[in-house]
Amino acid sequence: MRNRRSGQALALLAFSALLVTACGGSSSSGKIGGTVKVLASWGGSEQASFLAMVKPFEDKTGVKVQYEGTRDLNAVLTTRVQAGNPPDLAGLPGPGQMISFAKAGKLTALDTVIDQGTMKAQYGDSWLKLVQVNGKQYGIFIKAALKGLIWYDPKFFQAKGYAVPKTYDALNTLANKIKSSGTTPWCIGLESSATSGWPGTDWIEDFVLRQSGPAKYEDWFNGKLKWSSPEIKKAFQSWGSVVNDPKMVYGGANTVLSTNFGDAATPLFLSPPKCYLHHQASFITDFFVKANPALKPVDDFNFFPFPDINTQFTGAQEVAGDLFGMFKDTPQARQLMQYLTTPEAQTIWVQRGGSISPNKQVSTDKYPDAISKQTATILTSAKITEFDAGDLMPDAMSTAYNKAMLDYVTDPGKLDSILATLDAAQAAAYK
Amino acid sequence: MPVRSRFSGVPVNAAVVFLTLVWIVPTLGLLVSSFRPFSDIATTGWWTALSPPFHFTLQNYKDVLDTSNLGTSFLNSLTIAIPATVIPITIAAFAAYAFAWMQFPGRNLLFLSLIGLLVVPLQVTLIPVLQIFTSVHIPVLAPDGLNGNFLGIWLAHTGYGLPFAVYLLRNFFGSLPNDLFESAALDGASPLTMFFRLALPLSVPVLASLAIFQFLFVWNDLLIALIYLGGSADVAPLTVTVANLVNSLGQGYQLLTAAAFISMILPLIVFFALQRYFVRGLLAGSVKG
Amino acid sequence: MDRYVLLAIAVVGVPAVLVAYIVGSEQLVQRLQDRTQPRVRPWFWVGPTIALVSIFLIYPAIKSIYISLTDDKTGAFIGLTNYAHILADTSVRVAVRNNGLWLVLFTGLVLSFGLLFAVLTDRVAYEGPAKSLIFMPMAISFVAAGVIWKFMFLYQPAGTPQTGTLNAALAVFHAQPKAWLLDRSINNLALIAVGTWIWTGFSMVILSAALKQVPGELLEAARVDGANELTIFFRVILPLLAPTITVVGTTMVITALKTFDLVYVMTNGNYDTNVIANRMYAELFQVRNLAQASAIAVVLLLAVIPVLYFNLRRFRTQEALR
Repeated sequence: MRNRRSGQALALLAFSALLVTACGGSSSSGKIGGTVKVLASWGGSEQASFLAMVKPFEDKTGVKVQYEGTRDLNAVLTTRVQAGNPPDLAGLPGPGQMISFAKAGKLTALDTVIDQGTMKAQYGDSWLKLVQVNGKQYGIFIKAALKGLIWYDPKFFQAKGYAVPKTYDALNTLANKIKSSGTTPWCIGLESSATSGWPGTDWIEDFVLRQSGPAKYEDWFNGKLKWSSPEIKKAFQSWGSVVNDPKMVYGGANTVLSTNFGDAATPLFLSPPKCYLHHQASFITDFFVKANPALKPVDDFNFFPFPDINTQFTGAQEVAGDLFGMFKDTPQARQLMQYLTTPEAQTIWVQRGGSISPNKQVSTDKYPDAISKQTATILTSAKITEFDAGDLMPDAMSTAYNKAMLDYVTDPGKLDSILATLDAAQAAAYK
Repeated sequence: MPVRSRFSGVPVNAAVVFLTLVWIVPTLGLLVSSFRPFSDIATTGWWTALSPPFHFTLQNYKDVLDTSNLGTSFLNSLTIAIPATVIPITIAAFAAYAFAWMQFPGRNLLFLSLIGLLVVPLQVTLIPVLQIFTSVHIPVLAPDGLNGNFLGIWLAHTGYGLPFAVYLLRNFFGSLPNDLFESAALDGASPLTMFFRLALPLSVPVLASLAIFQFLFVWNDLLIALIYLGGSADVAPLTVTVANLVNSLGQGYQLLTAAAFISMILPLIVFFALQRYFVRGLLAGSVKG
Repeated sequence: MDRYVLLAIAVVGVPAVLVAYIVGSEQLVQRLQDRTQPRVRPWFWVGPTIALVSIFLIYPAIKSIYISLTDDKTGAFIGLTNYAHILADTSVRVAVRNNGLWLVLFTGLVLSFGLLFAVLTDRVAYEGPAKSLIFMPMAISFVAAGVIWKFMFLYQPAGTPQTGTLNAALAVFHAQPKAWLLDRSINNLALIAVGTWIWTGFSMVILSAALKQVPGELLEAARVDGANELTIFFRVILPLLAPTITVVGTTMVITALKTFDLVYVMTNGNYDTNVIANRMYAELFQVRNLAQASAIAVVLLLAVIPVLYFNLRRFRTQEALR
């Protein structure tokens, strides 16, 4: 039984391989069977969503997708790649890792796997640029998220007569107004196990992008702009004026450092609230609702984008996303990679919630609620999109970056030495 | 049989009860939390659940038990743990007896090296061993390499568990009295007979403790299974399935509270079952003066 | 169905194979001259052990030593340069200091508590249940232990209701809540406390098994002679337990040197809690400098030498008494 099926599979494989090369990467029809091994960091609801996403693919091609999830993706992926036992497809912690794997020759180029014309039609230029190394595509985005959003409770805003600020100055005025009324305006939580500090990095990135512009931002994550440069130092100081002022942030330094990022906004929804503003990415909404099922989007929580600071750089938006790379070139792996970029596949996860698709052809009415619709619109139509700098830096750099956030909150007076340490890490990491 | 003495009274009992209660407080917190809805867990301390109004729920347990693949991963855990306990203990028993009661050149050096190997960090062994696993092809048992194969993970756990097992068993065997073996040797017993008829029966408590530790270590292991066996649904042990209850952002940890107790049931049963071997040794009373 | 067959084979077949091995080897050895038998026999007995640890532990260790002497990018031999780098690294110095703290406190506490519980539970009727409860933390997987202590250490600002057990206890006594994992004066102690909580059960079980080997008559005789419990403990029980205490102590010292999971999950080494194994992990999987990570591993290997020396001296004493 098994022999016959593998015989058939082999024949079909050979035929589809011919088709694939002949048509330059477009998917062939027909069941080819076999398996694809996928390794990623998703668990729980994400795992369920990914499996739902690939189910139509499995039905159509007869390929069995074997998913392995681990939160320790770095350790498992590095070990398996070094030992010559990589998965077929794997989630990559960030574009930075994709680049280092590609340069080490461990990733397969996708130019012949996915039709480049289709990619150009469905994805914006900034998204395409992110997955390219030396002009060739090496990664695909499964899902994305919007960063640099400021969350608030509209009911409490209305009760106090606060207006949504449109400029950075207006935001500061609002924050000071709240501060003088006796409540801390901001809630911040930096704890996140091994990556503690990352919420702070989002703040810094938002500042750098809006104060100094995309060109400097790109130099910065490419290791060409020093951490001690005036642009980056300014960003740190701007954040410091918020996080290191015990009257500005709920609970002061100890709370900021000990509170898990997912729990940080809880005081925002208390009656009376202990804070009014929370800076976090689009995926935080699920945390709000799970901790307090009574909350409804738009009515009880809504967002406004981090306002512009320098009018030269308006419309800048920070984004992040989950990236996949292909480590083993098999027909099954190729077909799955191809499938995952399609609007049909992307829509499945989008409808389940918790994902924004960078694919322009995913219609916004597929999103389950008004807030995710709005974030999706912003994601695909923003004037300037820049990816999360921390995810673009080499691992060693982003680890130091995360830690620097914690150090800065612990020892605000030591900013210069913290920046100097980052400079040293930068020199070593970008060699 | 507990030792009777003037100090078996109230002070000892009070101390035991007090210390035990302090010791279980953290676990008690987990147990109570496992019966609370997430919105409560995230916002209030677990002891608040013990006073009205009561919001207990079985939802966490239901969600864990409903996890697809729970049954298979339980079986996988057993398939990994039982041989990975039996093999190292057996091999270690042979070696420990030899280290304790046989003379051979380099004996002490070898034994000390074994103890030294206890410190080798797991992470530095992963890549070299996985390289070996992917390149070894054993016909019938492991045609596609030892990775992703149960035989591979049994061998891995054995290799990692041997140093401690040999260390513990050798210490015990070495403490057995000389005359025991001398008289048996005079009667013409071979070392094999002495091992099976004398040493092993006397070492039941130590073997039982070793069995518990090795079983526990393997049952709760996550990384070794992920690397050598893989985490795909057909071979994943319980630890992998449980770890995957939490998503990459850390959501779902309330399920871990229930999962912890569900996966603890079997090790505790093993512990209880082996308890009766922790009895006063048969040796007690056989040594004069 | 494959799975059940495999399990059955493993449970029945494997012990059978092993016993057959040792019986078979004895048959072979019996064929030799009486003189050569004791020279050949031990190698059959230790053979499987040596083979397996060679593959899984010795080979990687030697490979690590070799790699630690090379340059990570080029593979060229560069001698002790990697070691110079790590010794100059302040985070490594902090880690070494912390491991020293673990070595002393963790080992001392685990041994003391283990001994205390072994002795106390021996004298109560409900020994079984009590020991199971003390042992339970070892049965809980690390993932769950992380959640348990998260609940214990949670911090809320002073004046607000506490959600963490320890801070709530402090609040009962009107004390300020502490950020247990942040506060540098206590965070290492907090982590060591968690480690102690987990490993005491281990130490208790082994020491308890050894305690039960102490002949009851010896203790009775001492009591009849008028000795009190404390004297009996220090003069009779402790010396008899000394070898086992060495084993448990050595294992705990090595556990202290290797401690990783706990620190990784709770603080990731932040706030001055870093330990060597965590530093090595970061070097291996984040910085991806295999050569330097190997150098750190070798430092661990060297650190264990004093422990081995201590064990060697104990054997010599033990053997001399035999």
